[in-house]
Amino acid sequence: MLKDFFQKKRKYATIPSEQAKKDIPEGIMTKCVKCGTIQLSKDLEKNLKVCTSCGYHFKLSARERVALTLDDGRLFEYDHDMVSKDPLQFPFYEEKLIKQMEKSGLNDAVVTGEGTINGYPVVIAVMSYDFFSGSMGSVVGEKITRAIEKATQKKYPLLIFSTSGGARMQESILSLMQMAKTSAALKKFHNEEGLFISMCTDPTLGGVSASFAMLGDINLAEPGAIVGFTGRIVIEQTIRQKLPSNFQTAESTMKHGQLDKVVQRSELRDVLTQIIEIHADKKVSS
Amino acid sequence: MAGELSFEQPLIELQQKINELKQFSQEKDIDFSEEIVRLEERYKKLEENLYKELSASEVMQMARHAMRPTSLAYIHEILDSFIELHGDRLYGDDLAIVGGIGKVNGIPVTVVGHQKGKDTKDNIARNFGMPHPEGFRKALRLMEQANKFGRPIITFIDTPGGYPGGAAEERGQAEAIAKNLMEMAGFRVPIISIVIGEGGSGGALALGVANKVLMLEHSIYSVISPNGAASILWKDANKADEAAEAMKITARDLHELKVIDGIIPEVLGGAHRDVKEQASYMKKEILHHLTELMQQSEEEIIQGRYMKFRNIGEFMFISDEETQQS
Repeated sequence: MLKDFFQKKRKYATIPSEQAKKDIPEGIMTKCVKCGTIQLSKDLEKNLKVCTSCGYHFKLSARERVALTLDDGRLFEYDHDMVSKDPLQFPFYEEKLIKQMEKSGLNDAVVTGEGTINGYPVVIAVMSYDFFSGSMGSVVGEKITRAIEKATQKKYPLLIFSTSGGARMQESILSLMQMAKTSAALKKFHNEEGLFISMCTDPTLGGVSASFAMLGDINLAEPGAIVGFTGRIVIEQTIRQKLPSNFQTAESTMKHGQLDKVVQRSELRDVLTQIIEIHADKKVSS
Repeated sequence: MAGELSFEQPLIELQQKINELKQFSQEKDIDFSEEIVRLEERYKKLEENLYKELSASEVMQMARHAMRPTSLAYIHEILDSFIELHGDRLYGDDLAIVGGIGKVNGIPVTVVGHQKGKDTKDNIARNFGMPHPEGFRKALRLMEQANKFGRPIITFIDTPGGYPGGAAEERGQAEAIAKNLMEMAGFRVPIISIVIGEGGSGGALALGVANKVLMLEHSIYSVISPNGAASILWKDANKADEAAEAMKITARDLHELKVIDGIIPEVLGGAHRDVKEQASYMKKEILHHLTELMQQSEEEIIQGRYMKFRNIGEFMFISDEETQQS
């Protein structure tokens, strides 16, 4: 009977037992979002959060990025306590900000400061996708600008890790103007012959890529990182264009002449050191 | 009138009533002149008030009006002479941006602007004013030329944004916009930008890092189109009107936020009602700011522009509640 069939089926449904849940503590295994391989989280951490099977570079938070990049993971942080206001009284913006702070443990989408890489001092800015999709509002624009100004003043190389979905809509025109502000600061930095290494991580889009992220003397990116201006979904929805599967990946963006080099996470510190060393006699005074 | 917008309906109805009454009075030879004068006065008052109190979404309709004068229309009215120059020397000539050299009241200038089409055919050729990277690079080439020869730069902003397409991405849309922002910040010559219609996102700002940023009364300037914002924020593109209000995109809003330096009034009913008259308002403003800026030293020009953008942004510090704003 049909009815029996359904009842039978229900019998076969497996419900994870409480015991099983206890045996695998949460987070002990991680599934690669790209290839699906399940691996020990511990192994993944050891591999700098790069999939041990396919080499997919997992997103890193700003704190993780700092820990992997700077000597001993030590950062002398600037403007830690700078936070967003709600200048337009935009619907639900304040509530969202509080939620993003709780979720990420950050005060906004970028951490800035100075540290050393193999002994070379640098000014560093690291964006975090886990705060409001790394969107740029007044705080991101101001902190990046202050970091650029610090680097100009101290004559340190400037290193920015970008990741962003674009401008922060809740700050509307003020967000847009952060693109001009950061780019103008970079003009002064370049005039002073400062070295700017821009590192694009997944994803770097919109107002961030169309300002400081594309203005490096050397533009680097992590493997597989999406780097572009208008994201795939918007293009597909707006003009119904079919896009190749590798569209805007770092490898494809480099092929089209927009990036200098795609760098594996494990090699980044070495590559950065080499670049800084080449420019060292001139600018770094450590 | 032509190209009426939905919110102009009360005006149209009143005009019809006046016309009917006039016709009736002629046909029947009855004197309605008093009523007609009264209605015409009412019309005038209604018209004045209507355009003074447009909502953000109504301003948006004006800014995107099919008959809205374009950059070339203003260039021809404002400049004594103009030679259009083409191409970015790297890839092609993007018709979504026009530029060239000429004179305003005898002062040599370089003019660059987004260019929307006059009709459907023209709009297709000009990609509805949405530039590819070669458009931004053409603009940069012409502005660098102006900087070399010490000519002031005037830009007209009127674009929904940079073109969202695969080819634009592959040729470096992000880099092209970014480069313009950075280089404009460093030019030693005065730059005046006027938003004449739609200032859409990074594609608009790529011509907008100016010493003076002005907006026509019924123009808009925003980080994303209200339609785009509504679909991202509320997953509902139909809430564009609501988004338009919340995002503060009108000339008046931006002036209050101190993002722009001034508003140029429009002829009653919108710039498209009288291009010549509108251009004369703009020319007056351009000359006013040009004479002022041309008295400044190169250092003052660069620093003044830098500080203008440096000071935009609102934030605070949680530890000491120190607040700063533009």
